[in-house]
Amino acid sequence: MADFNVNVRGVGSVSVIDVKGYLDAHTAPQLENAFNQLIDGSKYKVVVNFNDLSYISSAGLGVFMAYVETMRENKGDIKFSNMQDGVYNIFDLLGFPMLYEFYKNENEAIEKFKESISK
Amino acid sequence: MTSKTNNINKELTVKSTTNNLAIIREFVENIARESGFSKEIVSKISLAVDEACTNVIKHAYKFSPDREIKILTQFNDSKLTIRITDSGDKFDPNLIPEPNLKEYHKQKKVGGLGMFLMKKLMDEVQYHTLSGNQNQVVLVKYLA
Repeated sequence: MADFNVNVRGVGSVSVIDVKGYLDAHTAPQLENAFNQLIDGSKYKVVVNFNDLSYISSAGLGVFMAYVETMRENKGDIKFSNMQDGVYNIFDLLGFPMLYEFYKNENEAIEKFKESISK
Repeated sequence: MTSKTNNINKELTVKSTTNNLAIIREFVENIARESGFSKEIVSKISLAVDEACTNVIKHAYKFSPDREIKILTQFNDSKLTIRITDSGDKFDPNLIPEPNLKEYHKQKKVGGLGMFLMKKLMDEVQYHTLSGNQNQVVLVKYLA
């Protein structure tokens, strides 16, 4: 029922996941699949672009919590970009800004990965 | 799926599958909107009900798809009450500690987030055990 779409693109060494629609307990497994495929391909630098995401529940938030450690252990990360206010408020309520980086746009997030490579 | 309408009471019964969450949200959003809540509060109420029903599907029914979730809503005196009833495993909310969010992220402990969100999003959250082995979560939001 819930309309959700996930698409993965490569931008240099960074993988961008575009999420679209409604991310809930029904659709969260699609996002888990995307993360599993990235890990299988040893791709650990991930930007999630939330531009077209209208809704998220704790089931969706749980996906990021489940995968972020693996990414960080492999010199990568999960960074967030282009989030609508309503969606950001839920991340904020659950304390995500303490532990994750949020960017206004995708390029800023990708640039951050480049900075950490050149260091 | 059945739906009944009274003057101030509405009811929705759906099977316990996650693909019904969208139907549940739409049902609750329409009621909250008709009750006069702002767009922002409508979203909060909808998410709280999603979390409650997700918990029922996952924990009370352990993903068994052919059980029933009943959602009853009542609006009067500026108070919207949403009752979510299941007949699955009993659940003691007192066994779930209020999460320390930093520790939570460290432990990758995902469970319990829904309950935490419900408390943040609603004015009141109560858990009841009814006769006939039924569990009920009651969510309340006041029209400011």
